[in-house]
Amino acid sequence: MIRIFVPRDAAARAVGADKVAAAVEAEAKRLGQDLQLVRTGSRGLFWLEPMLEVETPQGRIAFGPVTAKDVPALFAAQFGATHPLHLGKPEEIPFLKRQTRITFARCGIVDPLSIADYRAHGGYLGLAKARSLGAAGTVEEVTKSGLRGRGGAGFPTGIKWKTVADTAADRKYIVCNADEGDSGTYDDRMIMEGDPFALIEGMTIAGFAVGATKGYVYIRSEYPDAIRTMERAVSLAEAEGLLGEAAGFEIEIRVGAGAYVCGEETALLDSLEGKRGQVRAKPPLPAHKGLFGKPTVINNLVSLATVPAILADGAKHYADLGMGRSRGTMPIQIAGNVKQGGLFEAAFGLTLGQIVDEIGGGTHSGRPARAVQVGGPLGAYFPRALFDTPFDYEAFAAKDGLIGHGGVVVFDDTVDMAHQARFALEFCAIESCGKCTPCRIGSTRGVETMDKVMRGERAEANLALIEDLCQTLKFGSLCALGGFTPYPVMSAIKHFPEDFKRPPLRVAAE
Amino acid sequence: MSAAWNDAEATDIVRRHKSKEGALLPILHDLQAAFGCVSPAAIRLVAHELNLTRAEVHGVVSFYHDFREQPAGTHVLKVCRAEACQSMNGEKVAEAMLKRFGVNWGDTTPDGHLTVEATYCLGLCSCAPSAMLDGQPMARLTPESIDEIAREVGR
Repeated sequence: MIRIFVPRDAAARAVGADKVAAAVEAEAKRLGQDLQLVRTGSRGLFWLEPMLEVETPQGRIAFGPVTAKDVPALFAAQFGATHPLHLGKPEEIPFLKRQTRITFARCGIVDPLSIADYRAHGGYLGLAKARSLGAAGTVEEVTKSGLRGRGGAGFPTGIKWKTVADTAADRKYIVCNADEGDSGTYDDRMIMEGDPFALIEGMTIAGFAVGATKGYVYIRSEYPDAIRTMERAVSLAEAEGLLGEAAGFEIEIRVGAGAYVCGEETALLDSLEGKRGQVRAKPPLPAHKGLFGKPTVINNLVSLATVPAILADGAKHYADLGMGRSRGTMPIQIAGNVKQGGLFEAAFGLTLGQIVDEIGGGTHSGRPARAVQVGGPLGAYFPRALFDTPFDYEAFAAKDGLIGHGGVVVFDDTVDMAHQARFALEFCAIESCGKCTPCRIGSTRGVETMDKVMRGERAEANLALIEDLCQTLKFGSLCALGGFTPYPVMSAIKHFPEDFKRPPLRVAAE
Repeated sequence: MSAAWNDAEATDIVRRHKSKEGALLPILHDLQAAFGCVSPAAIRLVAHELNLTRAEVHGVVSFYHDFREQPAGTHVLKVCRAEACQSMNGEKVAEAMLKRFGVNWGDTTPDGHLTVEATYCLGLCSCAPSAMLDGQPMARLTPESIDEIAREVGR
């Protein structure tokens, strides 16, 4: 019998993984060969997707990027090293070899919908450990690990949990923020599609630690594959008694409806309650008064999915990695105009230059990398001069940037930074929830003013106006949407001033 | 394919979710899946069943980009316009698509075959530029991909 692994990850499917899987089945049938086809998550080496793996006595051997047309030849070559798409052992591919995979230890390896496979790869050891430590001991362990919110704010997870644990209430909730709307990020999606039980276990541990019996996973509607896989995984866990009344914890999947702002935690809570996804003023903190007014742990998906490994291997193992106050690993998502785009989980501390040039291999176009936006649409654009910045919450903040949810989007030298700054303001206008004035009106005025700059209309005065507007947005907005839009705008103006000096446009005679 | 409005079926959908906490979004999603949009009739029914005002329900429907007050075309193409796709010439590919199908963002072709919508990130950012056709992800798009899409939607 031959065992072949083809990803079911949406990005792999988007570049033809389903066709490859179908071709594998057809060819095995034609040859009368006994086949076990496993649809895994992705290893995260996206420039090699669709990446097919075959099990051999020496371990798995990878081939990629494979098209359906390549499949008969792969069988004919008996999946040997002579085939031109042969990549060898995936763990030996430098991109993967350099990583420290904790959160993503199983992704791309296991069958995401097999609890047996999950257990065989260390699943549910974290929950067992939590039960032996007790609720307070579990919170303590998470605190000691130094884990901080991976959604972007970087708030210490253990402290959030402790606040909820210490707040008395008849009902508490665990909410997983899987409204991953930042461009350049996809690690939440990869976990949901490739290792959903890690999230289920992480939420179960959180529920046990703070005394909550109900959890919600709020997934954006742009992720239909992730929604399907999570729903299936929850029912499988229920069937095994790992979720539900007997387990003392239940999980419900909820689907967003296309509003970026619902990734903001309080807007997400309002959305879960069936309202417009508008931001709430804080305090009260969600930990005191969250979903339906009850104490609520609302964590990013990656934070929750990392908890089982932290407990299983001990807080120290995790806290020993990283730099400064950024402990453990960060799944960095390398995207955009880059040669080797993919998921790179590593301890904090790699420099931006290492990430873009060494790991990413430079731009896809082969032209010089000119700007890198880190942390999604609200993150700053960094020029090459800042490539020595280490990937760390504080180091990025010190350079007027943020690491956000870990997305790194590379642009080559054809990028027009005035256009990018305008887009940041336009995006804010499209996605503003409308509750606070700076964001609702400031974004639109910003677009209009940037249009004037781009037309060469009193550029200097208008840029000064934008700077002033950005101050208002930064300090006057209720949440990070308005508050952080100045990051991409001001970084573009500051680091790429030449793109904002434009000759006055002549009115074209039509 | 979405069905014509049916009061009994719609009531069934609402009642299936009614006991949930914060049931409004699941209800609206299912109504739209069944009938293609959230019509004024749907708003009236949901408001009545959940004991909300029509204004409250309308406020929610109009807040979220996903909910439509008119049905979409037979096929829906969501094209990513966010930064990672921009960095890979996504805007040019997107413009060529709009031109090829003769529509603007959010429009449906006159024959009702295709609706083209902008979206901001599909999470396929390492294989940019990307789009989604009827829920199926597509990535590493080139101007040639447009012909493929055109074939799929029969245009």
